Amino acid sequence: MKNVQKTAASVDFHMENLKRRMRYMAVFAVLLAAFVVITVVNITWGNVDISMPDILKIIFFREGSEMEYNIIWKIRLPRILMAAILGGALSLSGFLLQTFFENPIAGPFVLGISSGAKMVVAIAMICFLKKYNFVSSYTLIIAAFTGSLLSLAFILLLSRKIRHMATLLVGGIMIGYICSAVTDFLVTFAEDSDIVNLHGWSLGSFSGMSWSNVQVSAAVVGVTVILTFLLSKPIGAFQLGEAYAQSMGVNIKVFRVAILLLSSILSATVTAFAGPISFVGIAVPFLVKRALNSARPLVVIPGTFLGGAVFCMFCDLIARLAFAPMELNISTVTSIFGAPVVIFMMLKGKKANA
Amino acid sequence: MGDYYFQMQDMAVGYNRKTLIHDICISIEKGEIITLIGPNGSGKSTILKSITRQLKLIGGKVLLDSADIQDLSYKKLSTKMAVVLTERMKPELMTCHDIVATGRYPYTGKLGILTREDEKKVEEALASVHALELGDRDFNQISDGQRQRVLLARAICQEPEIIILDEPTSFLDIRHKLELLSVLRQMAKEKGITVIMSLHEIDLAQKVSDRIVCVKGDIISGFGTPEEIFCGDRIQELYEVENGFYDPNFGSIELSRPEGEPQVFVISSCGTGIPVYRKLQKENIPFAAGILYTNDIDYQVARFLAAEVVAESPFEEISEKSLQRSLELMGKCRKVICPGVTVGDCNRRIRELIDAARDSGKLEMITETGKQ
Repeated sequence: MKNVQKTAASVDFHMENLKRRMRYMAVFAVLLAAFVVITVVNITWGNVDISMPDILKIIFFREGSEMEYNIIWKIRLPRILMAAILGGALSLSGFLLQTFFENPIAGPFVLGISSGAKMVVAIAMICFLKKYNFVSSYTLIIAAFTGSLLSLAFILLLSRKIRHMATLLVGGIMIGYICSAVTDFLVTFAEDSDIVNLHGWSLGSFSGMSWSNVQVSAAVVGVTVILTFLLSKPIGAFQLGEAYAQSMGVNIKVFRVAILLLSSILSATVTAFAGPISFVGIAVPFLVKRALNSARPLVVIPGTFLGGAVFCMFCDLIARLAFAPMELNISTVTSIFGAPVVIFMMLKGKKANA
Repeated sequence: MGDYYFQMQDMAVGYNRKTLIHDICISIEKGEIITLIGPNGSGKSTILKSITRQLKLIGGKVLLDSADIQDLSYKKLSTKMAVVLTERMKPELMTCHDIVATGRYPYTGKLGILTREDEKKVEEALASVHALELGDRDFNQISDGQRQRVLLARAICQEPEIIILDEPTSFLDIRHKLELLSVLRQMAKEKGITVIMSLHEIDLAQKVSDRIVCVKGDIISGFGTPEEIFCGDRIQELYEVENGFYDPNFGSIELSRPEGEPQVFVISSCGTGIPVYRKLQKENIPFAAGILYTNDIDYQVARFLAAEVVAESPFEEISEKSLQRSLELMGKCRKVICPGVTVGDCNRRIRELIDAARDSGKLEMITETGKQ
């Protein structure tokens, strides 16, 4: 014992925590800086060149040529904000699901939750457009939420039977395919006017966002994120496993339902407005945890939200500009950056297990 | 009844409403160490999980400080009871400090931010299990023994009045087992923390516990002090040992004795016979031993391993009967081994035995022959 103490003296806990706080601050500083830079770039770059002074004038004094004013206020700003809000929501939803399933590869897209939401939204869109020629944002969110819960219920049923996580993921992917097939079927038989709307959306995109979209999603996501943040403490306990969490005083039943509802609301909001977006929910929490070198919910929750916002804004920039004036699906871009991260994660996971 | 700190009253436990064990009535005083023993799958873990409210009770009550634990909130219970479980946990990016710090959960604020005070308590808890040096190591990268100590520190850090441990010593080597159990002992006696645990090592259970609970089949087959439980054949019956013996006095185990008529007679005393018995046993040669006083260490082993032991009450002179029986046995044996025997006033007649062996040409003396 004495030998061990000599060779590997430990850093005192207080020091360890101080060092950590420094790291957290550094990471958040970098994320914030990235956020600012990517926001500026997103506003400035586009198919139409608008000079920086003009942009500033348009934003802060609301003056400038009408076309430029509209481009900034009606197209770029809402789109940037949506990318930020929804990107953050998606990443956080991924983090919650990973915690819940105790698996780093869980996420709304992989588990088929996004696709379930997509299917129900497609149904809602077709029905409502036929009857009223109009669908409200809230209707879409509720439809997406219903779809998310349907998929989730199915996954939970599966997880009761299947203890093996990999099989469960395959189950989720299958659910995703089934829901996508149904959606495609609906799209094929929908009326022409619906198709334009549906098709772009069902592949995932941040284009065509309005301020009312921004308001609704900001409200829903804002409240959900705050609630999630307030749950950081029990989420941290849950990371040690259910039994320990309970012994620390967490009411597991209530907690589990809360986590599932919160993550469903987040991913449903994303799907309702931007369609299903892949890999963000897995890649971002992973990268943020590595950067912070911690899985503590108290820092990971805001970190993941911010990281997801930056990541999606960056991907949306590429989606808009890589082949302008043609736009890419947002999922195409997120996959290109997200999938390698996931593969890397799995390789690392294998090593750690061996 | 009200004096006990922790009570299980007519408790029935099981999974999915199916009762596994019923009529559990156990009362424990503060600062006692209670150990559940019993064969694999007998339901030790089920009982522990029911006490910690991981499983719903099927019947009866559990009283902690005369309050029904069903009526306590999880939060309240967490300030009184801490657990060390068998489930392997794989926390992500957490140092041992962090793991121990989770024990502070019931005491931290809404967001779980640790104060300086909490940090100090974490260090103290680690120190109490002699694991300070592990503090900043990644929990996933330490050994099983270290992990178990850190988990115990976590439980201590929760400042409970009672700690429940499910097989805390599995995966541990003998040194770490002893270390862990002595920490528990210290905790129980110095801080008055009550300990309820399950153990596989019955020999350790006997030595560390104040009370033992025997779990077998669907009932508690025994509850009492180690002296009450570890006597006679009770342990052998509990575990249904058929191919060997358990010596409750020393907690030692022996494989079953070689079957058949004795082929070798061993004359020894004061422990010289034990290596010979073991050797014969491994070769599967049945043997007889004598003449041994029942307080001789050789006797304690011989009674489990020898086909027959000729024994004499302590400090009595060797009787004619014992001598005759020994000579008779020797006559049937093909060999007499004498690895050394101490001869004094009481047992001087043992010389007659040795002489008879020498005359028959069967005697084999091994190395030092003691006082001849």
